[in-house]
Amino acid sequence: MSKVNLTVNGKAVAVDVEDRTLLVQLLRDHLNLTGTHVGCDTSQCGACVVHMDGRAVKSCTMLAGQADGASITTIEGIAKGDELHPMQAAFRDNHGLQCGYCTPGMIMSAIDIVQRHGGQLDEATVRHELEGNICRCTGYHNIVKAVLDAAGRMKVAQAAE
Amino acid sequence: MGVEGIGARVVRKEDKRFITGKGRYVDDIKLTGMTHAHFIRSPHAHAKVKGIDSSAALKMPGVVAVLTGKQLVDDKVGNLICGWAITSKDGSPMKMGAWPAMAPETVRFVGQAVAVVIAESKNLARDAAEAVVVDYEELPAVADMQAAIKAGAPQLHPEAPGNQVYDWVIGDEGATDAAFAKAANVVKLDVTNNRLAPNAMEPRAAIADYDAAEEHFTLYTTSQNPHVARLVLSAFYNIAPEHKLRVIAPDVGGGFGSKIFIYPEEMVALWASKKVGRPVKWTGDRTEAFLTDAHGRDHITHAEMAFDANNKIIGLKVKTYANFGAYMSLFSSSVPTYLYATLLSGQYNIPAIHAEVVGVYTNTTPVDAYRGAGRPEASYLIERLMETAARQLKVDPAELRRSNFITQFPHQTPVIMAYDTGDFNASLDAAMKAIDYAGFPARKAKAKADGKLRGIGVSCYIEACGIAPSKAVGSLGAGVGLWESAEVRVNPVGTIEILTGSHSHGQGHETTFCQLVAERLGIPISQVSIVHGDTDKVQFGMGTYGSRSAAVGLTAILKAMEKMESKAKKIAAHALEASEADIVIENGEFKVTGTDKAIALPMVALAAYTAHNLPDGMEPGLKESAFYDPTNFTFPAGTYICELEVDPGTGKTSFVNFVAADDFGRLINPMIVEGQVHGGLVQGIGQALLEHAIYDANGQPVTASFMDYAMPRADDVPSFNLSHTTTLCPGNPLGIKGCGEAGAIGASAAVINAITDAIGKNTLEMPATPDRVWRTIHAA
Repeated sequence: MSKVNLTVNGKAVAVDVEDRTLLVQLLRDHLNLTGTHVGCDTSQCGACVVHMDGRAVKSCTMLAGQADGASITTIEGIAKGDELHPMQAAFRDNHGLQCGYCTPGMIMSAIDIVQRHGGQLDEATVRHELEGNICRCTGYHNIVKAVLDAAGRMKVAQAAE
Repeated sequence: MGVEGIGARVVRKEDKRFITGKGRYVDDIKLTGMTHAHFIRSPHAHAKVKGIDSSAALKMPGVVAVLTGKQLVDDKVGNLICGWAITSKDGSPMKMGAWPAMAPETVRFVGQAVAVVIAESKNLARDAAEAVVVDYEELPAVADMQAAIKAGAPQLHPEAPGNQVYDWVIGDEGATDAAFAKAANVVKLDVTNNRLAPNAMEPRAAIADYDAAEEHFTLYTTSQNPHVARLVLSAFYNIAPEHKLRVIAPDVGGGFGSKIFIYPEEMVALWASKKVGRPVKWTGDRTEAFLTDAHGRDHITHAEMAFDANNKIIGLKVKTYANFGAYMSLFSSSVPTYLYATLLSGQYNIPAIHAEVVGVYTNTTPVDAYRGAGRPEASYLIERLMETAARQLKVDPAELRRSNFITQFPHQTPVIMAYDTGDFNASLDAAMKAIDYAGFPARKAKAKADGKLRGIGVSCYIEACGIAPSKAVGSLGAGVGLWESAEVRVNPVGTIEILTGSHSHGQGHETTFCQLVAERLGIPISQVSIVHGDTDKVQFGMGTYGSRSAAVGLTAILKAMEKMESKAKKIAAHALEASEADIVIENGEFKVTGTDKAIALPMVALAAYTAHNLPDGMEPGLKESAFYDPTNFTFPAGTYICELEVDPGTGKTSFVNFVAADDFGRLINPMIVEGQVHGGLVQGIGQALLEHAIYDANGQPVTASFMDYAMPRADDVPSFNLSHTTTLCPGNPLGIKGCGEAGAIGASAAVINAITDAIGKNTLEMPATPDRVWRTIHAA
């Protein structure tokens, strides 16, 4: 057993876990943050994507211990109270989700994509960058629309800050 | 249409919980004292189970129990069933081998469970499973369908000699032979419809909770049809009588057919929870999904189409071999028969059809309904045949289709189906216009100058949905009725709950079903909630598959609404001292037409529940229910056209444009309909270009993870250009045909027709990987 100290969605937490515990297991099983999903176990589908120190990571593919000292943001931590993150709002407004299972990972990846590319996003780039997130419902059409829409909204929000 | 009524692009009510991480899927649920199950699965495709030694595992930390297939038999838990009886051409019933939930004696596919470890955590259950020693005696296995039916092949089930489940026929063989005898041209085609893994993103899961005091079970499960699950678990598997079993399907992360079926894992979880006296949770991983979720498709077909001298189709002969895998899954028998061969007329006037379907056992994962279920196989076959015919007859493929379209409705095909309505020219025209079909030769020439091979492919699909009139399917062998139920509860304050037997696992019922209520009563959808997925809350219902939830499920809601409105009008008329016939419902009020007298819905509802001043003899309350049985299948149809380029140097395909013109009848929420089409199209494109569940000759699965099975990803597929043409379905009062499966049914033929057009060779199997395309281009 090891004690892992980390910040999750802005709150400091200390959790005793088996050494082999994955970050996604810590989030889901120990912290009850069940918005982060497991879809494949092989780092392919991206349903488990969270942000570690501001970067997208696949939480099924790293040990909880590797997140010691890090700041983790999950899908539960991106809205400001009742105000949705622009990416969440764009997914809803563009019908970028159906069953909702891949959605948290998609949104967390998409925020990372927009942050890395600034406003310089086009459809081909979004499609290429989403390669690590699989959706079986939407055919990606509306996800791509949502990410491009959110990129614009995030730029506006950033300019306003 | 109001802002939230029928036809409005209403943003989904259910989205808030999904985009904020508050969805509640089975694996998100934790019960007090819950244990965890890990199944021990056969690594062999065919073997005798000589013995299971769990003594070491039982001594390991946290292990609660190790349970085996033999104990399941001892406790008289029933074998898995197949719910649709098919009769062979010789009059004999289909030949079905027994399928126990855990194999006591013989395993017949890799991944079949032989035992289960129950432990305090998932990791401890896995650890202990490693210590369980299963003594297998390997038997010869056969994974290939054609090998399985040869003399001397390894035999799977003593009940099915020659590994043949059935040899079934449909249509008029004599009339078809006569048509071929006078044909001016005959077009022949051999096609393989590749085996697919459904791969809903949420792996299957189950939590079973036995209450010893009440002798009552609760099952949380990833199901598209919780009531059917309860019925089957009760009536056939002896788990518990129906009133002692509650089945809850909460948020379910996609189904595509694969979550219709009642699988061994939830049966075992229920049985085990009683045995260990604690809740038992099982959550599959992705490899378990590949090994145990029912696969789709997997046909080998030879077909011949006869034409007269005017290029009119006069006959069609089809022989199909359908792979069932190692066992007959719940609805597997109906897929290559009544869901496939009944659609072989496509959109065309074909006077004579004869089809024969041979069902085959192999040492592979069971095969059952996957998005479209039989109809994609039929549509792919017919649309590849039409393209092949156009090339052979040297006529434009769109015009060959047009000249053979059915244009008079209703139309009785030679294979059971009676098409009620449609306008196939309209959807073909819309798609040709959208893609600028006329301009294609110039674009092809320009691409050639750039070193690319450009092709265009048409696919005119039709499907039979809304499954289906109960009497009709009963006469064809179905073990269930396929109606749907609904209940409308108006609360005393005027808010409304709709209880539906349909189940939403991505389709957006919580929004579209409310839109019907908003349309009829003129109230905001925020005043309406949809209750589904819990057998303790909702009356018996049949669930969601076959694009049926709007055509059948929503019609049931409409019927219940009509009853409720009729009673509410009587109450309103009584309160307003007016004639019931003069009451109209507008903007949430019951009005006396032509006057300013009105009473709001909440006041009518309150009057119904206070019952202080109701018409004489009226019961209190405002709650009505309905069971709706459709009068016919619905027939969504449309045209998909794909334009793409092939790089002759690499064989890689790149989409240029993909247009879809669909006729789904009335649309409730066009935004959601478009989403259904997008998703279906990508599953069809996935089949055409990427996906293939492969076994080696010994029955070892080669594609059992996302590392090996090529799922379509965002950069594999294009954005789509969608449009709709509309003929209202006469079979239901809303005129709805259904939209859930169309994309998966029509897309793959459009893609393969386009690639074969581009490369100038007609023979190309799916998936058309770059390697396969390159080899085809460069084959002698």
